[in-house]
Amino acid sequence: MGTKQTIRSLAAIAAAGLALTACGTTSNSEAKATDTGTAAACVQGQKLAFLGATTGDAGALGLNMVGGIKLALDEYNKKNADCQVGLKVFDSQGDPDKAVPLATQIVGDDSIIGLVGPGFSGESLSTGKTFSAAGLPSISPSATNVTITQQGWPTWHRVIGNDSAQGAAVAKYLKTTANAKKVFVVDDGSDYGKGLAGFVRKGLGSMVGGNDTVQTGQTDFSATVTAIKGSGADAVFYGGYYPEAGLLVKQLRQAGYTGLFMSGDGSEDPAFVETAGAQAANGAVLTAPAGPAPANFNTKYKALIGNPAGLYSTQAYDATNIFLAGIQAGKTSHADLNSFIGSYNGTGVSGPISFDAKGDIKQSTIYAYKVSNGKLDTANPTPIR
Amino acid sequence: MDFSFLFQSISPLTISDLFHQFAPLTITGLALGAIYGLIALGYTMVYGVLQLINFAHSEVFMFGTFAVAWVVVFFHGTSSTSQGLFSTLGLLAICLVAAMLTSAAIALLVERVAYRPLIRKGAPKLIILIAAIGASFSLSEIMGLRDQIVGWFGLKDNLSNYVSQARNVYSSPITIDPHGLFSIGNYRVTDVDLLTIGAAIVMMAFLDQFVRRTRLGRGIRSVAQDPESAALMGVNATRVVQVTFLIGGLMAGAAATLYMIRIGTTRQNAGFIFGVKAFTAAVMGGIGNLRGALLGGLVLGVAENWGAALFGTNWKDVVAFVLLVLILLVRPTGILGESLGKARA
Repeated sequence: MGTKQTIRSLAAIAAAGLALTACGTTSNSEAKATDTGTAAACVQGQKLAFLGATTGDAGALGLNMVGGIKLALDEYNKKNADCQVGLKVFDSQGDPDKAVPLATQIVGDDSIIGLVGPGFSGESLSTGKTFSAAGLPSISPSATNVTITQQGWPTWHRVIGNDSAQGAAVAKYLKTTANAKKVFVVDDGSDYGKGLAGFVRKGLGSMVGGNDTVQTGQTDFSATVTAIKGSGADAVFYGGYYPEAGLLVKQLRQAGYTGLFMSGDGSEDPAFVETAGAQAANGAVLTAPAGPAPANFNTKYKALIGNPAGLYSTQAYDATNIFLAGIQAGKTSHADLNSFIGSYNGTGVSGPISFDAKGDIKQSTIYAYKVSNGKLDTANPTPIR
Repeated sequence: MDFSFLFQSISPLTISDLFHQFAPLTITGLALGAIYGLIALGYTMVYGVLQLINFAHSEVFMFGTFAVAWVVVFFHGTSSTSQGLFSTLGLLAICLVAAMLTSAAIALLVERVAYRPLIRKGAPKLIILIAAIGASFSLSEIMGLRDQIVGWFGLKDNLSNYVSQARNVYSSPITIDPHGLFSIGNYRVTDVDLLTIGAAIVMMAFLDQFVRRTRLGRGIRSVAQDPESAALMGVNATRVVQVTFLIGGLMAGAAATLYMIRIGTTRQNAGFIFGVKAFTAAVMGGIGNLRGALLGGLVLGVAENWGAALFGTNWKDVVAFVLLVLILLVRPTGILGESLGKARA
C-alpha cells in the first residue's frame, strides 16, 4: 500500500515536472525565435499599449488617437526595421469601470513598456492607481480633467493643457476679445465637459447669465435653446463634445439666436461644422490647448490611416513619439523610461512639450479656432494670451 | 485650490420662465413627441400582436435615418448647404421612400432571422426578448463597422462618402432651414414644426383606419385577440406578424425622415435614446393601442420640455419617467389603455 502511494505521488510529481519543463521549453524557443538576427541594444517585441474607446459611443475619438499612434509607429518602424515597436489596443469604450480590468491586463503584460492613454478623464481616474503601482509610464493625449494630476501618480503624464488653463483662457477671450456682457454656460455633465465649463464659470464670475446641463447623445435641445433666448445672453459657451455642440449651435441659429457661440477642444473638430451645417457653424469660436498641425501631418495621416486626422490625433502622435525617443535612447526599464519622459523637452506637431513634476504639460498655449466660410480654419488660430 | 465652484448649483429656469416660454416649449415638445409617437406605433403594434417588446425597433429607425442621409449625399454630394423645406421637397420625397423601404426591410429581416424561428419552436417569451436585445446590438454594431464590411468587398474607397469614420456622427449635408409661418404667443411656428406634427397625425389616422377597416387589419386584430382561434378561422398568423413588422418598419422610416429634417445628424447608436423614449410613449399611451402611441409620444415630448425648463435639461428624463409612473398608478393600462385586439371596426 505504502509503496504504491509513494510511486503514485512520485509519478504525479514527475508528470508535473515534465509539464513545467515543457512550458519552459516552449516559451524559451518562442523567445529565441523572436530574438534571431537582432542588434545587441534592441529588445525585441516591445509594445506600446493604447487604452481608450475604440468602439461604443465615443469610439470615434479613440480611433483618432489610434490613428496618430499608428502613424508615429509606422514612421519609427520604417527607420528601425530591425527593432520594431508594436501596438496593443485595449478598448475601454470610454467606460471608467471597463477600463479597470484592462489596466490590470496591461500591467501584467511584460512586452508593454508604456501606455499612450488613457483616453478620457473618467477612465484615467479609475485606472491611475493600477498604473502607478506597477510603475508603468503613461502619456495621455486627451484627458484634461484637473484633478488627475493632483493624485500624486508619478508615472502619469499628459501632452494636453488641462481644463483650468483652457477655462481661464475662454473666460478671457469672452471678456476682452468678444466683449460679451452676459454668457450662458451649458455643459454635458461629463467629467470633461462639466470640469471645463466649471472653470469657464469661475473665470466669468458675475457675467454668467444662465446655466444648463444637457446629456451626451441628446439631439433635441429645444428647451435649452428657449432658455438661452429667454436669458438675453450675448454669448454661449458649451463644455462638451462636437456631436452635441454642433446640434446646439444649429438649433440656436435656426431659432434666430445671433450671439457668439464658443466651445472647447472637445468640439474642435471638422465634424463640428458638418454636424451644425456650414451656415450655422459660421462665426463659432472653438478653443484648444494645441496649435495647428503641420500640413504634411494631415497628408501623411490620410495616406496611412485612410481617414482624415481628427481631434486628438496630433496629441496621440506626439505622445507616441516621446516613448519612441526614449526607446531609441536605450531606455528599456519602466523607471528609466519614466525619468526620460519626466525630463523630456522637445517640440511635437501639437506644440512644445515638457512636463512639470505632476505630469502636466508645462507650456500650453490655448488657441482660438474660428469657423468661417463654412470651414473650421485649423491653420490660422489666434493664441489667447 | 478651491474647487467648490465646480459643485455650485446649476440654476435652472424658474416657474415664471416656464410661463413666459410656454408656447415655444410646448410646440417644440409636440414636434419631438410626434417623432416619438411614430416610432412608438411600431412597438405598440408588435406588442399588440405578439406580446413581445421588439427592442430591435430602435435600430430599424436608426437604419432609416442613415438611408435619408445617404440619399442626400448620393444626389447632392457632401458640400454643406442650407435650403428651405419647399425647395427640397422633391429630394425629401425620395428620402422618405428610401427610408421607409430600408426600415421596412430591416424590420422584416429581424422578424425572419431573430423571431420567427423561435416563435415556430414555441420558445418562451423571455428567450425571444433576449433575441430582440441581441438583434438590436448586432444591427447597431453592424452600422458602426460598415467601413470594414464594405472593405471586405474592396469598396471602401468608392463608398468613402458613405462609410468613412463609421462610428462618428454622420450628417446630412443639406440643412433644412425652417421658416416661420405664424406666431403663437412668443413663438414663430415653422413649416418644419407643422410638417412633423401634421405628418404624424395623418399617418397615425391612416394606420388606425387600416387596422379598423381592411381585411388585413381584421387579421391583425384577430391574431392580437386570440392567435389560436384566429388560426382555426383560417388567418395566416405568420403573414399577419410579417405585415405587422412591415407596417412598424414603414412608420419608423417616416419617423426617421422627419427626424433627419429636424435634427440632420445620426450615428450608429442614434436609435437607442429614441427607442427608449418611444417605448415609454407606447406604454404611457397604453401599449397595444395605436392612438395611445401617438398621444403618449406627444405627452412625453411636452413633459420633457416643461421638465427641462423647470429643473434643467438634465432633469427632463426624471420628470418624464415620474410622470409615466404617476399615469400608470392612476391608469395601469396607460392613458387610452385598450388593446389592439379590442379595437372596434
